[in-house]
Amino acid sequence: MSLKINIPAPLRRYTEGQGFVEVSGDSVGSALASLVEQHPSLKGQLYNDEGRLRAFVNVYLNDEDVRFLSKMETAVKSDDVISIVPSIAGGCC
Amino acid sequence: MLVIRSGEYESLRRHGEETYPFECCGALLGRFQDGNRFVEDAIRCGNTRADRPQDRYNIDPKELLAIQRQADQRGIAIVGFYHSHPDHPAQWSKTDLAEAHWLSCSYVITAVEKGSAASTNSFVLSGNNEEDKMLEPEEITVLSMEETEANVAKD
Repeated sequence: MSLKINIPAPLRRYTEGQGFVEVSGDSVGSALASLVEQHPSLKGQLYNDEGRLRAFVNVYLNDEDVRFLSKMETAVKSDDVISIVPSIAGGCC
Repeated sequence: MLVIRSGEYESLRRHGEETYPFECCGALLGRFQDGNRFVEDAIRCGNTRADRPQDRYNIDPKELLAIQRQADQRGIAIVGFYHSHPDHPAQWSKTDLAEAHWLSCSYVITAVEKGSAASTNSFVLSGNNEEDKMLEPEEITVLSMEETEANVAKD
């Protein structure tokens, strides 16, 4: 099954500038694995040393945060779009 | 260097005054070019940190997703973010660095003193990963209306 992953601007340096990468997979987890297989230098950006997705990496399947679906097990279908959205936060002290 | 038109620059500073004594936040859309960031649009976002908005900000990732899509449709990118520091200096804090994850993007901070925008500084998130990232000061070039029109005419 073929679908696309939308890459945010700061990670495009690891995808030869591509904003969208075509991947294969039947779940969000396998689609992300396909992305990392094509662009191995993304691995350290997305996953921690234990192989878990970094806490600040939000993953959306179309309009839904996969944390509120079945996380990495969430099933995907052709023409779905997965978006990677690093979080934005901070504070003055 | 961050290059921004006076309209967008004043807008983000005003945003900090309007939300005072709470932090404001927003995204900067534009282009990366020759190691610089050229802002075309400053988009106001909501601060979801209702528990302590006076010294924390967070942008709803769903709002960010919509902005990312808007940027893709316009053929531009998210090149940075801004927020305010109510009654605190326009310098990044440990929290700002810990929560900064958009490498190569600008993080603009405006100090708002007793409700009035004071200094505005920008920092670029340099480095290659979470372990070596740094917020480094960068110059802000504010283009006047005349300079903006001259640039448009040149294009």
